[in-house]
Amino acid sequence: MIETPADFEPHARSLPRNVIVSPVEQIDDAQPVAHPAPLSYRSMVPAPAIELCELTKALSGRTVLDGVSLAILKGETMSVIGGSGAGKSVTLKHIVGLMKPDRGCVKVDGVDVTNTNHGSLEAARRKIGFCFQGSALLNSLSVYENVALPLREHERLGEDEIRGRVEEKLGLVGLAKEGHKIPAEISGGMKKRVGLARAIIRNPEIILYDEPTAGLDPVMGSTINDLILDMQKKLGVTSVLVTHDMSSAFRVSNRIAMLLKGRIVKLGTPAEFRASDDPLVKQFIYGESEGPLTRNP
Amino acid sequence: MFAAIARAQRWFERSCAGAGYTLDLFLRAAGHILQIGRKRRETMEHLHLCTLGSLPVVFITALFTGMIVSLQTGQVLRDFGQESTLGYIVTIGMCREMGPVFTCLSLAGLVGSTYAAEIGTMKVSEEVDALEVMSIDPVYYLVMPRLIALSLAAVALTVYANVIGIAGGALVARANFDVDLEVFMKNGRDALKMKDIYGGLLKTFIFGTTISIVACSQGLRADGGPAGVGRATLRSVVISFMLILVFDYLLTWMIW
Repeated sequence: MIETPADFEPHARSLPRNVIVSPVEQIDDAQPVAHPAPLSYRSMVPAPAIELCELTKALSGRTVLDGVSLAILKGETMSVIGGSGAGKSVTLKHIVGLMKPDRGCVKVDGVDVTNTNHGSLEAARRKIGFCFQGSALLNSLSVYENVALPLREHERLGEDEIRGRVEEKLGLVGLAKEGHKIPAEISGGMKKRVGLARAIIRNPEIILYDEPTAGLDPVMGSTINDLILDMQKKLGVTSVLVTHDMSSAFRVSNRIAMLLKGRIVKLGTPAEFRASDDPLVKQFIYGESEGPLTRNP
Repeated sequence: MFAAIARAQRWFERSCAGAGYTLDLFLRAAGHILQIGRKRRETMEHLHLCTLGSLPVVFITALFTGMIVSLQTGQVLRDFGQESTLGYIVTIGMCREMGPVFTCLSLAGLVGSTYAAEIGTMKVSEEVDALEVMSIDPVYYLVMPRLIALSLAAVALTVYANVIGIAGGALVARANFDVDLEVFMKNGRDALKMKDIYGGLLKTFIFGTTISIVACSQGLRADGGPAGVGRATLRSVVISFMLILVFDYLLTWMIW
């Protein structure tokens, strides 16, 4: 069964079922905005931007994803947390069609990207921007050319228009003056920001972040978190983060899904995670060395 | 015993899968050739790298190949008093065999290994995945320009190698066997038919295509970090060397 906010939202806020809480409005603990709504809450839940249906994948004989089902709504920011090897990055790769599941499906805006033709897959990818863990910038190109690449390859734009859009996106990530540099000349944090500028250059509806704060100092990590929030505020995108960094997950997410051994063991709002008595969740979010995660590795 | 058979079976299956992948890659790259105009700049950059970067090595290889052929053959021919036919043998040998094969073996070591390492590094650092996510076909973006550049560079470098090799052979014929340069060249011109030139260049074009597609295929299948890139580079050179020699035999058999 696919879990939607309707399954957990009443526990999270104890709101009457005819009150809609926009995922974006849940970003912090501010008062939710009540809208007049029909009796059926479910009928008004926005269509999922991404749906994972019973996603199962084994790599080298090891089950990495074991029947993961999840719906990520339009406009929400979902963090997927879990230990190393829990299947977080594999989940992201399935969403963009870089991996094919052994069983199950992934729908992006209703299109099953695991079982579609090349054209539909391209159309689905057109809606997605992907920030890789290691940035994955093309080392042979300058920062400017990296960001301009999707425009040059897919859109018939004049050089002036390309320049305008690249400078706008580099400006959004605070790197307007670094376009001439090559990736080898910039820091890890700057690379992540260039990766983000490249991911948003074609104004995607969905942005996927693979460990956006990994390997960064706390200040740079905080800068990246601010950028993620900015993207949501300014562009209204749906975001999926894969992260170990709980401070980042709590800060930017509307909802958090915890993966363990290829299964979602907990899905809820940041507040629910903080308040959880589940020893698995507590050990993970507080980074304790003793607990069920380490007893049953 | 059974374990050895099972290992051999796995190796055979992997080899067949690799050959299938490489052939499919070639067909997909060939399918993008009409889009060469959009990759003109990258293709020219690769062409520049292949030709100018390989000139010194091809020069040395071709010069000494021509000289060795002339020296070895001349010693045998001297026993029969036929040193004057050296021009015939060296020219034919260079244009049909030595020029194409040695040039392409050099290119496999120089350029093929570079391609495999470049693309392998891009693969393990997720740059290839990034291209796919941006809906940029890595075959169009990475493989097609390299395929065209190396195929053309191999032909151009073989012409250059033939000239250098024949010149080297002529110098040895003059110095060691007292064969007049004019006689050497005249014999060479008389012996050489258009089929020898075209056949040699056709071979080298096919070898160039083989080297680039094998290198790109190995690079795209690299995994496991830097060690994986190293393995891909090694496999690229070894497979290219073997295929050049196998294809050389088959093409020689078909053309002449």
